[in-house]
Amino acid sequence: MSIFIDQNTRLVVQGITGRDGSFHARQMIEYGTKVVAGVTPGKGGQQFEGAVPVFNTVTAAVLATQANTSVIYVPAAVAASAIFEAADSGIGLIICITEGIPVLDMTRALPFVHERGARLIGPNCPGLISPSKSKVGIIPGNICKPGKIGVVSRSGTLTYEIIHQLSTHGMGQSTCVGIGGDPLIGTNFIHCLSAFEADSETAAIVMIGEIGGTDEQQAAEFVKEKVKKPVVGFIAGQTAPPGRRMGHAGAIISGSSGTAAEKMTALENAGISVMKRPADVVPLLKERL
Amino acid sequence: MNLHEYQARDILRKHGIPVPPGEVATTPAEARAIAERFGGKVVVKAQVHAGGRGKAGGVKLAKSAPEAEAHAKAILGMTIKGLTVQKVLVAPAAEIATESYVGVIVDRASQRPVLMVSPAGGIDIEDVAAKTPEKIHRLAVDPRYGLLPHQALTLGFALYDDLKQARAAADIMQKLYSVVYAVGASLAEINPLVTTPEGTVQALDAKIVIDDNELERRPEIAALRDASAEAPEEVAARQAGLTFIKLDGDVGCCVNGAGLAMATMDLVKYYGGEPANFLDIGGSSNPQKVVAALRIMTSDPRVKVILFNIFGGITRGDDVANGIVQATKDFPLKVPIVIRLTGTNEREGIAILERAGFSALSDMDEAVKQAVAKAKGKAA
Repeated sequence: MSIFIDQNTRLVVQGITGRDGSFHARQMIEYGTKVVAGVTPGKGGQQFEGAVPVFNTVTAAVLATQANTSVIYVPAAVAASAIFEAADSGIGLIICITEGIPVLDMTRALPFVHERGARLIGPNCPGLISPSKSKVGIIPGNICKPGKIGVVSRSGTLTYEIIHQLSTHGMGQSTCVGIGGDPLIGTNFIHCLSAFEADSETAAIVMIGEIGGTDEQQAAEFVKEKVKKPVVGFIAGQTAPPGRRMGHAGAIISGSSGTAAEKMTALENAGISVMKRPADVVPLLKERL
Repeated sequence: MNLHEYQARDILRKHGIPVPPGEVATTPAEARAIAERFGGKVVVKAQVHAGGRGKAGGVKLAKSAPEAEAHAKAILGMTIKGLTVQKVLVAPAAEIATESYVGVIVDRASQRPVLMVSPAGGIDIEDVAAKTPEKIHRLAVDPRYGLLPHQALTLGFALYDDLKQARAAADIMQKLYSVVYAVGASLAEINPLVTTPEGTVQALDAKIVIDDNELERRPEIAALRDASAEAPEEVAARQAGLTFIKLDGDVGCCVNGAGLAMATMDLVKYYGGEPANFLDIGGSSNPQKVVAALRIMTSDPRVKVILFNIFGGITRGDDVANGIVQATKDFPLKVPIVIRLTGTNEREGIAILERAGFSALSDMDEAVKQAVAKAKGKAA
């Protein structure tokens, strides 16, 4: 097993003919993901790489191909609209890679997605990968190995660093999920922790948080009460100054709240083993397994 | 992006919120002329993107136009939290009966805009939240319906017992809520919202923070950016498409991805060093971005070593390597450079670096250790 995606994932790529969309659609196909459709308004009827049909709308793509998952690579100005469209088409899982969506757009998109019973991962995320089964997004497939560690993270390249540490020490992954660096996101740590806890193939969980907000603190409470599997955590931004947005829109210490120290304490109090640096992930997991 | 107080006041006024008059001066003479028009008794306020203006001496009362000129002379050019004051707001000194707080923030936990009001205004709302949380009233607004009249009136009564004042406050709250969506704000606050001795409700001071992601579709708001009120390196970085934040240390850090950039800074500290900056070259790997990054870091005299930490995904190792080599042709680096390069096109990148006489490491810890040692070696 794995969480959210597997061999049964039938993917539609929104923005498949764009620069990023086409590049990553090719990478996903190479990895073995079942990319069944693409959407670019005005290019309906074309074929992508001679193999994937392109449609004008997500609804047409779903009707023709039974796609059950969508990944969004369209520009920020129209990305919220793409999320609305995917949710309206009956797609159950929407992954939005696009960075730079205005947060007010998300205040409207999130309740819309929720009311239609869909799950949104992201925005501003690297997507997810269940090694050797399916990859949706931009996480490099070659650094992952199949195995029993579940990884959930607010970051992109920092996640790659952690996955790299795991894979080079023989610890494969069940699923790696990047939930995104924005302040308003569709899927949070708790959703992923809960899915990993229920997944029979996941033996331990790595959660990678950062400064800003209180998601990690709430996740720690959840771990304390509901998660029996070992959890190892990392918080980026111990040296970040307050009041400054550290690249990710959500990575900002507001006043004195959302600091790394506060989050690390919350994690420790919940029985989570806290890494001081990314290279600690393997020794800490070995201690706990 | 932060707006200045005078810009925020203009926006509120345009949306029908009662704001007392006030004008901006960039010279003491202008301040004097404005003060004369307002009858002499004015307040002179530094327009700078930093909190604690009052404590820093950036807000002063004047009883006459010449005094306003003297205050403006003292305030213009002063430094508050590292930023030089270029403009002052000159406004008639208001008579105040009560001060409260009204603000709208986009709340992460409820994923909605939240209206916050408090009868304890005029001070930092964080202090109120810390010391007397019972004095803050919050309401998460459903963005489909906006702030409904009865909701606003309920909050109005949380501030004032008088119906007329509660209604006036409710009207201001609904307008402030619509300002948020109209300008793309992540925060809009009136602090203080005052009542005058005659009972009028007015917005005396305002703060608006614009979500940077809104600027592309709102050129009229983007035009309000005051680059002179920001650190010059940060302006240069933004123009080059980089995210750069200056810190106090001596290890310059150049990383792809925000999370890894923070983790790299943390690791510098872990090994006993001090990061000089946060710098994210972003996902797409344009060699010119790397050149710009090196130019910004080498222009800081405190930087003793430059550390690259690149984990290629979308970013390609060869692009980064080409950027580094290009930069060394354009200008002297002056300080040693330590490069960690792995991931997409790592082999091509390392080959380019080696041909130019550089070497690259594959391990993050090893690279950070070397960079910290080099920073210390030079310092000693």
